Amino acid sequence: MLRLDLGWLDYTLLAVYFVVVLGIGVVARRAVGTSADFLLAGRSLPAWVTGLAFVAANLGATEIIGMAANGAQYGVATVHYYWIGAIPAMVFLGIVMMPFYYRSKVRSVPEFLKLRYNNQTHVLNAVVFAVASVLIAGVNLYALAIVLQALLGWPLWAGILASAAVVLIYIGAGGLGSAIYGEVLQFFIILAGLIPLAIVAVRSVGGFGELGRRVEASALGPNGLHAWSGTGVGDVSNPIGANWIGIVLGLGFVLSFGYWTTNFAEIQRALSAKDRSASQRTPLIAAFPKIFIPAVTIIPGLVALVAIPNFGNDDTGGLEYNDAIPALMGQLLPQGVLGVAVTGLFASFMAGVAANVSSLNTVVTYDLVQPYLARGRSDAYYLRMGRVVTAGGVLIAVGTAFLAAGFNNIMTYLQSLFGIFNAPIFATFILGMFWKRTTGWGGFWGLLSGVVAGTAVFVLSKAGVLTFGSDIEVTFYQAGAAFFVDVIVTVLVSLFGRAPARERLAGIVYGVAGADGVVPTIKQPREAVWWRRPILLGGLALALTVVLNILFA
Amino acid sequence: MTADHTPAENTPAVTSRMARLFDVRYVIGGLLGLYGVVLVIVGLTDGPEQYAQAAGFAVNLWTGVALVVVAVAFLLWASLRPLGIEVDAEAEDLAAGPPT
Repeated sequence: MLRLDLGWLDYTLLAVYFVVVLGIGVVARRAVGTSADFLLAGRSLPAWVTGLAFVAANLGATEIIGMAANGAQYGVATVHYYWIGAIPAMVFLGIVMMPFYYRSKVRSVPEFLKLRYNNQTHVLNAVVFAVASVLIAGVNLYALAIVLQALLGWPLWAGILASAAVVLIYIGAGGLGSAIYGEVLQFFIILAGLIPLAIVAVRSVGGFGELGRRVEASALGPNGLHAWSGTGVGDVSNPIGANWIGIVLGLGFVLSFGYWTTNFAEIQRALSAKDRSASQRTPLIAAFPKIFIPAVTIIPGLVALVAIPNFGNDDTGGLEYNDAIPALMGQLLPQGVLGVAVTGLFASFMAGVAANVSSLNTVVTYDLVQPYLARGRSDAYYLRMGRVVTAGGVLIAVGTAFLAAGFNNIMTYLQSLFGIFNAPIFATFILGMFWKRTTGWGGFWGLLSGVVAGTAVFVLSKAGVLTFGSDIEVTFYQAGAAFFVDVIVTVLVSLFGRAPARERLAGIVYGVAGADGVVPTIKQPREAVWWRRPILLGGLALALTVVLNILFA
Repeated sequence: MTADHTPAENTPAVTSRMARLFDVRYVIGGLLGLYGVVLVIVGLTDGPEQYAQAAGFAVNLWTGVALVVVAVAFLLWASLRPLGIEVDAEAEDLAAGPPT
């Protein structure tokens, strides 16, 4: 079994980090006077802070551990999750969608659905999001406890309770503000651990050339070094197991646009920016680190594959793919930098839980309690409610974590099921923002049938009725089904209903002037300096991505 | 739009106590600087055993140096452009450009 040998110095570095994070929570608590301070961080943060928080909120367990595992299992083609999957969607969010979100002054993603559609669509989305967040927070807690147990020998229950307590204290005290500041800090610590690990890992196998030769000779084969080679339709030989149409449409369009443009845990970071321009720049600034993160996740995955005997063969007693990063850390990093790397790993897990909890409390307070369950109370009531929901959410997440410890497989299924929910929401948003004719009930039935369609593909593939090239390909097709069914149903139901009243569209739909006379368009704000222009930042990110795709084709 | 829904009322004032209370650049600079200095000291005392483990690379030393450089950059940025000045500069930009 994998066990890291941490010295007193490593533990000290880890402890210092937690003291600083809790300190942020304590100081931030003094800044919280209203529910908006607690749940929206006062809408006052500069773009570089929200941008780094935007990328860090996603730099959790799935990202670090999971992408290294994908690197070992699928090879270089894993870059599609970044260069096809994330970057175009982040640029689209920053340039096209963020102006609508920010202008509408909504405090959450579900609230936009309330403005544009009807209360039913709003409640459907808010409830699904709340349930999904709390369960995913639980799964993240469980994953963190597993790592604590494996690497440091902590018992599972102690790991779950200790990490839950830290999250509860710093989110409960400082709310979104301390979550975001914690994420920015985590961003730097995780890189301080992963960059040295990647450098040492490549050196340990004799440099990039030798790594490439050994990957080609491994189970991945020559296409293990290529992103696009071997993805022809009907002739898929790339380890990723999907053809280029599935990659571009399933992953690149539906799956990632759904995640990056409507997942409130992400959008919340951009909404807390201090003005419209800063909110637009949030995902664009985040895109640049995102482009280069595969270097520190996929490379260690490939090194683990070729350097650790029997890697990925857990049937025969080898390490699991998910062990790639922890195993290399234990093998290659001496005390000191090992402590920084372990701190970064834990920080990223905890930031994932914190992002779930800090978006959950906003949605429950502003989307369920304030409009429906307890209307017209004082702001102090909603601030208290935000804290109560935070505590309740952490408690339920702890329960979910213990449940996950008992039924591991069920949690894996749950997680992939929740992945389905984002794809139809994206369809509902795009239709709502750009097509005036979309009606309230069109939105509701489209969203519901999209979720059902995605679930159906998932269930049919598990039951063996539909067969796909790989688990990854299943997720592409379930998202695709969810998206297209949502679009078709929304359009049909809308055409049969009465066109929505103009007041409902005012100021939030493309080309319909709001009460203040301003017409929402995607015309970009003028900026005094070039590095604040969204088009320029977005174009630069896309150009870099195109070049990298060609280099690694 | 229903009568009970008025998000504009809940939009906080422009000034934020959060942003003024502490500048996160000092926190980043302080923590990375502390880690960097510790790693440089450890790196200088590392023996052949540590070098061998990290494929012959002085990983503690170089990581420490990199962290100190990043930390100094953040501390310089924070002290050369304190929060108040930055906010004013942005306000001037906005005043100069036409409304969009």
